[in-house]
Formats: sequence, structure tokens, C-alpha cells
Amino acid sequence: MIDLGATWVIARLTLREAMRRRMLLALFGLSGVAVLLTAWGYGQLQNVPGVSTGNVSIDQVQLVASQLLIGVTFMFSFILALFAVLAAAPAIAGARESGELQAIAARPVPRSSILLGKWLALALVVVGYAAASGIAELVVVALITGYVPVQPAEAILYVAAEGIVVLSLTFLLGTRLSAVTSGVVAMLLFGIAWLSGVVGGIGLAFGDQAMSWVAPLVSVMLPSDGLWRGAIYSLEPASVVLAGAGAGPQIAAFPFFADSPPAPAFIAWSVAWVVIVLLGAGIGFARNDL
Amino acid sequence: MAAVVELRGIAKSYGRQTALEALDLSVGPGEVVGLLGPNGAGKTTAVKVVLGLVRPSSGEGRLFGRPLGDPEARRKVGYLPEMFRNPPWLTAREVMRYHAELLGLPAAQRGRVVDAALANADLTDRADDLVGRYSKGMQQRVGLAVALLGGPALVVLDEPATGLDPIGREELRGAIRGLRESGTSVLLNSHQLSEVEQVCDRVTILHQGHVLADGRLDELLRAGGIRVRVTGLEQPLPPPLDRFGPVERDADLFLFRGLDQRRVPELVATLVELGAQVHAVEPIQPTLEERFRQLLHVPPEGHA
Repeated sequence: MIDLGATWVIARLTLREAMRRRMLLALFGLSGVAVLLTAWGYGQLQNVPGVSTGNVSIDQVQLVASQLLIGVTFMFSFILALFAVLAAAPAIAGARESGELQAIAARPVPRSSILLGKWLALALVVVGYAAASGIAELVVVALITGYVPVQPAEAILYVAAEGIVVLSLTFLLGTRLSAVTSGVVAMLLFGIAWLSGVVGGIGLAFGDQAMSWVAPLVSVMLPSDGLWRGAIYSLEPASVVLAGAGAGPQIAAFPFFADSPPAPAFIAWSVAWVVIVLLGAGIGFARNDL
Repeated sequence: MAAVVELRGIAKSYGRQTALEALDLSVGPGEVVGLLGPNGAGKTTAVKVVLGLVRPSSGEGRLFGRPLGDPEARRKVGYLPEMFRNPPWLTAREVMRYHAELLGLPAAQRGRVVDAALANADLTDRADDLVGRYSKGMQQRVGLAVALLGGPALVVLDEPATGLDPIGREELRGAIRGLRESGTSVLLNSHQLSEVEQVCDRVTILHQGHVLADGRLDELLRAGGIRVRVTGLEQPLPPPLDRFGPVERDADLFLFRGLDQRRVPELVATLVELGAQVHAVEPIQPTLEERFRQLLHVPPEGHA
């Protein structure tokens, strides 16, 4: 049972609160600084000895730029996940602890609307940050080095989806745990998911079947790393994918390489995962004593 | 007329800790009911059960005839929580508008209703100031204005006098009396006995999750005996006085605790027959605080 009008009211207030937070200002401000610094770095690539003499080709410069872009996007995706956790943890758990929720929940508003309204507002901020940071970085790389990934929009979508996954997980935890605990646990799980991707890659590289199963297994439980690998694939030049395919299984051990996009079934599961987690959060929140 | 709030056998436990046990509570239309009890008695839990904020472990209840927890039942309820925090970055007007929207008031009515609520709370002049800059007392006033927004049929006040100065408390009492006059039911949770005594029609006294007493104030505060000033009575007291129950003597004053007022003529006649001179007879009228202490078996102040 969801009251769309109340959901919208709560989403608006949550969005307004998020927009006036110093954390968001700092996030966008420092991300802007990071984009400028990377712009300077990409510019320096043009001054590498050999570029002007033709010993280093434009393709090679773009190859390096693509790898730097993946590294920078990884940083942005990490910051996004951290922001998602820091924004979502107080949304339910913090508001419950401060007494803010009691006043709202005593209104003729279903709790599902409170949860959904807060989630929608923060999801919008997460997508907004992913789009703003991604577009800024992609434009800088394209203008300075001429490199344009094959699937730039997909890359942004994967990073945004990764943020949404972490946001939803933190909401779920926040219905049961305190704000601090849910934030810490969500961040730990996010880190474990990323690490499981690395471990899985090492397993593939060295033919260890048990290790190679870690990544897909954890991706089912928490699809953040699988989505991040989709972002990597979207940012790679075709030449890197081809070279990787010919490099043998050892290339799987490199954590910033993906030889294929996520399977449609995985993407469908990721969407279902978010829905299931939100339903779980809704049920948990409905049973919460406030 | 159907009760506004009806709780039957409500129990609530948090793990091994029992917050409420077999609570029966009802609030009728236009009735002001006080929930009294020391800290940890279960008052706030009871209020939260009524509002659907806490799910009872057992028992059943209805709010405006609907099951507890039904959002629609809360449409006619205003609530001032004990611990509340309005977003400090909103103005009082914005806080009120936000709650008016959550209440589902039509857009065309909102401005008028909010302005009226601000005026009633004497907040019009500072309606566009951030509530984060308000004093504690003013914040409490905003909380009360939010609770009264849209003219609810039931107002639930959880420790509403917290942070109010004597003038604010008097205004609060006036507001509660005004609600009663307008036919609004009030459930007042307070440990300030004088507040409850002055405004409530009925009182439920809780202690460790149990109901110790429940009834109309005049019943709860019925005379606790008869005080008589007598001279000329021999010592020890003559046996005919035994039938009036235990007597405490303090010089010329005799306290017949627990004696029904209807037996005063019989008592006076007996005293006169015994040759005593009766100078004064008055009922012992306990205050709510004395009654409360009696129920909790706490000795009166000043006594060990």
C-alpha cells in the first residue's frame, strides 16, 4: 500500500534536505576539483616524450587515457557508494533515533510511502552525481585526448546502478540497525563484494575453480561489483578487449579489465535485487517500533 | 457514542522487558484523559500503541473504529511527541505546510489552515524564521501547533509541558481546555501531576506496565476520610469509636482514615453521646499527588 501523494511530499523534503547538506556540496565541489586535476593529467599525456615526434601514437595515448578514465571512474564510483551509505544510513535509522520519524509516521501516511519517498529522493541524487561526474570526466577526456568510449552512456548507467544497489542495501540495514552500524556494515559489504570480484578474477587466472566461483556467487547476493565490471567494459576501447581476449586467462587477474559486458540475466537480476531489497526494507520498516 | 480510542488487554514486551501488561484504555469523544505514571511506567509506549508507532505483542485496539496501525485512522489525530525534532532548516510555516500536505489537506485550504494554526500558536510574527533558531519553548509551541493542525478529533500530547515556562504551561492548559470545549478528545501523557489534575476528566495511572488505577478524577480523589477537631474526649478512646475504623490523633485533631462521608452524622452523634465537644468536621481531600504516592506506596514528601 503506497500513497503516491505522500511519497512525493516526503521525496521533495528529503531531496531538499540532501541538497542543502554540506556533504553534497563537498561531494560535488571536490569532484569538480578531481575532474580539473585529471584534466591536467590528461593534458600532461600530450607532453609525454615521443608524442610530438610520433614515436608514441595517438592510439597509444588514448589507450592510456582509457585506463586512466577507468581508474578515475573507479574513484568516483567509490565516492558515490560512500555518499549513498552516508545519505541512506540517517534517512531511516537516523530519523528514527532523532524522533523525526515518529511525527511523520503518526500522520495518515503508510510507512511504505515514507521509505519509498526517502529512497526516491536519494536515488535521484545518486543518479545525478553519477551522471554529472561521469559526463564531466568523459567530456574532459574527449576534449583533451580525443578518446571517447564505445558505450559512455552505459558506463554512467552502470556506475549509477552500483550506487543504487548500495543505497538500497543501506536502507534495508537501516530498518533494523542503528545509523552508524548500518552505514559501517553496508560499506563493508560493498568492499567485500569488490574484493570478491578480484578474488574471482585471480581464481580464473590460476584455474582455481573454488575461487573463480566467489565473484558470481557474491554478485548474486550483492550485485555492485558485477555492475562495476559493466562500467569497466563500457569504458574500454575495443582494442583492449581484443588484446585481453588474446592474452590468455591470466588477464582475468587484472581488476580493471572486463572481457565482456554483464549478461542480460544479471542485469535483470540486479533490477530484481533492488526491488526485493526495497520490499524487504518496506516489510522491516512496517514492523519497526518507532 | 463510540469510543475514539479503545485498547483491550494490550501488552508490549521488548525482549524480556515488559513495557505494558494487559492495558485497557478508552478515550471518549470530547474527553480529556490523562496517562500518569513514573518514568518507565509504559506511558509513552501506550501512546505509541494508540498511534500505530509501536505494535503490541498482544491485545487489540481500535482508533476511530479502525484497527490500530491503519493510516486512515490517523487522519483525525494530532500528535505532539515527547522527543521530536522539526527540520531546523525549515521555517515554522514550511513545517506546518509539510504536515498539512502529509495530512492530505486540499491545496486550496492549506494556506488558510496553516495561517490559522500559526496565529493560534501566536507564531505569525516569526512564522518565516527557521525553527532551528527558536527557543525550546517556541519549538514546543510549533510542535503543539503541528498537532492541532487541521482541527483533529483526537489530540495526543506526550509530555507537552516539557520546556515550557509557567506562562507557557498556563497557555497549554488553556489550549487543552479549549480543545475539550470544542469537543476534541485529548490523551495527555504527563508526569506533571498538577497539569493532569487541572485539565483531565479521567486518569489512568500506570506503574511498571500495569494499570494501578483508572477512573474519573473526582472518583480517584474522593475523600480519604474525615478530620474532626474534638475536645473533652477521654483517653484511651472509648470503644464505641472502634466501629469508625482506625483513628489517628494529633492533639485535638482526630483523623478517621477511610471513613465514608455518609457516616459523618453518626460519628458526630456518637462523639456528642460520649460527652465530647465537636468544633469542626471536614473531609480529607487528597491531591492527585497524594493519591499517586499512595498508589505507588511512596511516603508523602517530608516523611521518611
